Amino acid sequence: MDIFSSLAEQLINGLRTGSIYALIALGYTMVYGIAKMINFAHGDIIMVGAYLLFLLGVGKLGLPTPVVILLAIILCAVLGMLIEKIAYKPLRNAPPLAVLITAIGVSYFLQNFVLISMGATPIPFASMIKVPSLTLGTITVSGITLATLVVTFVCMAGLIFFVQRTKTGAAMRAVSEDRGAAELMGINVNKTISLTFAIGSGLAAVAGLLFISQYESLQPTLGALPGIKAFVAAVLGGIGSIPGAIAGGIILGIIESLTKAYISTQLSDAISFSVLVLVLLIRPAGIMGKMKNEKV
Amino acid sequence: MSMLEVTDLNVYYGMIHAIRDVSFTVEQGEVIALIGANGAGKTTILHTVTRLLASKSGSVQFEGKDITHAPAHSIVRLGMSHVPEGRRVFADLSVYENLKLGAYTRSKAETEESLQDVYKRFPRLEERKSQLSGTLSGGEQQMLAMGRALMSRPKIILMDEPSMGLSPLFVNEIFNIIQEVSASGTTVLLVEQNAKKALSIADRAYVLETGKIIKSGAASDLIHDEDIKKAYLGE
Repeated sequence: MDIFSSLAEQLINGLRTGSIYALIALGYTMVYGIAKMINFAHGDIIMVGAYLLFLLGVGKLGLPTPVVILLAIILCAVLGMLIEKIAYKPLRNAPPLAVLITAIGVSYFLQNFVLISMGATPIPFASMIKVPSLTLGTITVSGITLATLVVTFVCMAGLIFFVQRTKTGAAMRAVSEDRGAAELMGINVNKTISLTFAIGSGLAAVAGLLFISQYESLQPTLGALPGIKAFVAAVLGGIGSIPGAIAGGIILGIIESLTKAYISTQLSDAISFSVLVLVLLIRPAGIMGKMKNEKV
Repeated sequence: MSMLEVTDLNVYYGMIHAIRDVSFTVEQGEVIALIGANGAGKTTILHTVTRLLASKSGSVQFEGKDITHAPAHSIVRLGMSHVPEGRRVFADLSVYENLKLGAYTRSKAETEESLQDVYKRFPRLEERKSQLSGTLSGGEQQMLAMGRALMSRPKIILMDEPSMGLSPLFVNEIFNIIQEVSASGTTVLLVEQNAKKALSIADRAYVLETGKIIKSGAASDLIHDEDIKKAYLGE
């Protein structure tokens, strides 16, 4: 294979991984924007989503694939709202550190709940996405890659349309900027926060589907690594910024894939995190984040 | 029955007793001024009325309905709009989006109608409708905050320091607009540090000192009151 097609393939691989990171990063960034907290349990929603796909489908109930996917998204959205209501809402006025620790607690809770109910042994789970691969000249793009790119593109476009063009989206942006002023407009802040968690968790379920279709093995900790990478992506892009999360995810995915192919597989994480450090040294608010002076 | 009736209100910030047994009324169609020095508790009272802050005791009645414990987001629906101190426009949203959020609780047709009214009153906002609100000047942001509050077609509008930080020219313009709003039938509760200006357009006023109402009466009387002159009018 010539250098050009190998590079093109690596870029496409990077785009695939990166768009999954981006989808997860959107959840982090939206929740941060509206609720001003880092939801460290977000990665575990991906894991719960993946298990739900398994249990609703081949693993237990054997429902048809479209129903399985839809149900898993809805259930994850509900789970996100529940977590917010039970764990985070009582801490709305608590110091950020208390919220952070609670989020880590929720993450452990979800992992251990699945560990107890489903066991620690990895469960093989064949990909639910069956799309034929595509060959363009010397480059072959796998079916999963195609599906991932299309699905993430549709989700992102839909989300941006929702946030920028609808009344509820405008209300979300208003809450993100000034909660009190938003309430004066008649916007129900609690409902808006709840909705944000639902959307973020729904997107995490989609990410879970795409992620598990690639790795084809279930275990309770499967959400941890993509979760932390997506968090990095969100910070890289500028936490709170939706285009930032998308850019951050894709950049991180491409760096990772190029490092793995041309430098070293072992060093790939080290190199991607070094990029994060470098970017934050130059732009502390991230690529698209707003430089803000902390108000005293 | 008064339109707005605040009775024995007490508000605390942690241990600090910020509002002490404050009672006042606003009648339909009046312009009422709350005047007092910085830190007297004027803003706190407005925040408590629209439920951005919780009171320790006392009650707030609007048109006979007890709203002391109503959720903040339900207030605007009742016909009460609040132009907060420092304007608090949504800086990352366009002027048009800000105005539309002002009518968040209303239907599309009503929003469109209010929008035309607000554009008529503030032609400058129409010129800048697609501009991000954060890029407007202070005076324009004040107009936007007022326009946004008017979008809900309130029965009463609460205005917190609308003249703060504005050039004298804008201050006059803002006070003219307040008088127009009042003339069009909206009741006004105005908080101002610029006591002279406030008293010149108000029907009645309450004077606040360290969380307590120390004086009240017709604005035309208060403007000639020797103590008030000395303390607030700089004469």
